[in-house]
Amino acid sequence: MVPVDYYIILSAILFTIGVLGVLIRRNALIIFMSIELMLNSANLAIVAFSSVIKSFSGQIFVFFVIAVAAAEVAVGLALIVEIFKSKHSIDVDQMSSLKG
Amino acid sequence: MFLSEATTSGFSYLAPWLVFFPVIGLLINIILGNRFSERVIGTIASLASGAAFVVSVLLAYTVSINHGEVSFHELAKWIHIGSLKLDWTFRIDSLSTTMMLVVSGVGTLIHIYAIGYMHEDVRFKNDPGRFRRFFVFLNLFIAAMMILVSGDSYLMLFVGWEGVGLCSFLLIGFWYEMDTLARPSWANSNAAKKAFITNRVGDFGFLIAGFIMFWQFGSFQFDEVFGKVHEVPESAVIAITLFMLVGVAGKSAQIPLYVWLPDAMAGPTPVSALIHAATMVTAGVYLVTRSAPLYSAVHNAQEIVALVGAATALFAATIAVGQYDIKKVLAYSTISQLGFMVAAVGMGAYVAGMFHLITHAFFKALLFLSAGSVILGMERGHHHAAHGHHDDHGKGKKGKKKEEHHEEEHHEVFDPGDMRNMGGLRKTMPVTFWLYMIGTLALAGIFPFAGFWSKDEILLDTAKLYPVVYWLLAIAAFFTAFYMGRQVWMVFFGEHRHEAAAHAEESPRVITIPLMVLAGLSVLGGALNLPGVHTLGHWLEHTVELVEHEVHIAEWLEVSWGGLNPYVALISTVAALLAILVSWFIYGRNPLKAGQIDPLKRSLGGLFTLLEDKWRVDEIYQAIIITPFARLSELLADVIDWKFWHDFVHERIIAGTYNWLSNIALDRYADQKGIDAFANWLGTASQWLSANLRKVQNGFVRSYSLSVLLGVVLIVGYLILK
Repeated sequence: MVPVDYYIILSAILFTIGVLGVLIRRNALIIFMSIELMLNSANLAIVAFSSVIKSFSGQIFVFFVIAVAAAEVAVGLALIVEIFKSKHSIDVDQMSSLKG
Repeated sequence: MFLSEATTSGFSYLAPWLVFFPVIGLLINIILGNRFSERVIGTIASLASGAAFVVSVLLAYTVSINHGEVSFHELAKWIHIGSLKLDWTFRIDSLSTTMMLVVSGVGTLIHIYAIGYMHEDVRFKNDPGRFRRFFVFLNLFIAAMMILVSGDSYLMLFVGWEGVGLCSFLLIGFWYEMDTLARPSWANSNAAKKAFITNRVGDFGFLIAGFIMFWQFGSFQFDEVFGKVHEVPESAVIAITLFMLVGVAGKSAQIPLYVWLPDAMAGPTPVSALIHAATMVTAGVYLVTRSAPLYSAVHNAQEIVALVGAATALFAATIAVGQYDIKKVLAYSTISQLGFMVAAVGMGAYVAGMFHLITHAFFKALLFLSAGSVILGMERGHHHAAHGHHDDHGKGKKGKKKEEHHEEEHHEVFDPGDMRNMGGLRKTMPVTFWLYMIGTLALAGIFPFAGFWSKDEILLDTAKLYPVVYWLLAIAAFFTAFYMGRQVWMVFFGEHRHEAAAHAEESPRVITIPLMVLAGLSVLGGALNLPGVHTLGHWLEHTVELVEHEVHIAEWLEVSWGGLNPYVALISTVAALLAILVSWFIYGRNPLKAGQIDPLKRSLGGLFTLLEDKWRVDEIYQAIIITPFARLSELLADVIDWKFWHDFVHERIIAGTYNWLSNIALDRYADQKGIDAFANWLGTASQWLSANLRKVQNGFVRSYSLSVLLGVVLIVGYLILK
């Protein structure tokens, strides 16, 4: 059986990739994907811990997170489509009209 | 017992109407008077005064059925502070009802007379609109006088006292924009001011007396004050009575404050008769009589009051001898007669004083009103002489002659009150002549006219108590008869000395009928207090406690024919007859011709000029009081107030210091370097801060999320490592 540490390390790596993606990339779709990556790394950590403490509640909780993430994707993609319609670009640096 | 209980109330509840009736009368005339004719206005005013007289009669009846017992009627609460409780209460006793009867009775007659007098007066002076104002003032005077005599406390009396002073001022200055000869000038308003200011001096004395009274007695109410007379120190009572004497001297025109009364003749003649002869000026006599318990307690003060009165009586009588104006003679005569009254009440002969007050009100009102009738007659004669020629113009010599005379007259100012213009009026104004004769005989004290009885009673009482005062008054009585004789010879006998006197016309009946009533009272007034009967004495006994003095009386004074001493009566009658005889020798035997100087002046020379100039008292007052006062006020205004306070203290010290402080100290240091600098620093600091902070808000979502990340790392790191 694979030790739980490996899952946690994988989860941390995935989260770091997600954070870096959000911080570095300018494409809104990539940033969105990076956010999804962070969500799923958290899901992985929760599932790993739930198998350690032998409880199903963690796995049920993850199902909820996945459902909410799906809804969030629907909203986020719709926003990106609308931004693209008005700006003809999905570069987040273009969206700086609130700059002081 | 039952009877007295049943009748105690009587008509005392009517007392407030003494004041209300005149006030209603004046309100009607103020509000609706412009729609009424003169006759209606005069009738309303006379009815208001007459109604007050009816109330007075009912109140006097009330007192008499109550056997002289005093009754009160409280109209309104007035001042309730601490232990001081003062109400507007009417005091109905024999003294106040006597005054009420005199005021409203004589007042009503004068109201009626004034309808006729003012009708002509306003036309001679070309302002008929003022007719209504006159009657409003006259009614106001009656109301104020009623408050004065009916008040139950010194303070209420003072309210009326000031009220009549105001009315006096308003009526002296009735023709305020002219002098007595209707020329444009401020002479009349100056006379009004003189009266008012002189009275203020007297009122000051009255007020001081009031303050001491409240301090020592703790009350102003008559009975409460009189009840404590023997509980307070005698010096306080002396101070009160003497300060009150100052007030009496002001209101009743005694030395040294009498100077306003002769000038008060600037008012229309009914005013001179009502206010400045019959009623208001007797307020001082009333005050002393009312304060009898105070004065009786201090003999020294009594003596001073009696001496002041006697000195005034003689002094004013001498001045009257040297006057040419018919009203001025009567004015000085009034001062002199007031001196008689003050001397009488001063030494405790309250009944004699009040008796003379009543008879004097009758005959002096009669004399003044007759003098007014004479003046009107002269005005009519002058008018006739000046304008009569238009009718017979071109009718030959006579008409031309008149016209020449008329041209001449335009240059001189005609004085209808100057006795040197009169003469021979006996023939042209017979009714007025006979009325005037009655007044003269009453004033001179000839048997059996009213003045004889009252003056004789005063003289008898003084002879018993203060011989000095008696001789002063006896000489004054001699002069009284003399100047009245001089006046009658000059006015009514001899040849007319002016065209106006020749054409003088008798006055209408609205003027002569009130005079006839007054003449009847002047003849019969003595019956009020005949020796042996003493009606007035018994009447006043209920109110004024009569103190019998234990004095040594000379033998000749002890003779009494039912209260009448034959010697005193004989001396005064002989003196009066002698004085009239002397005046006949000087003025009657060889009547004055036009333009001739007074025969007495020819023989007395400088002394007569001095009398003519009223002993130069006005000039002395001018020199020792008015001029220094004016200088002092100039000094205070120019030097002290303007130069010292305004220029130096205010401008230099206060304003200067303030300006220096604000310019130098505050502006340069505190303001610029303190407050300004701090405010500027605040502004600069916030500018710098915002310039730096705006760089954070760069609009890049990634940099915002980076700061979120850093924040999370910091917080989590802290939570882990703590």
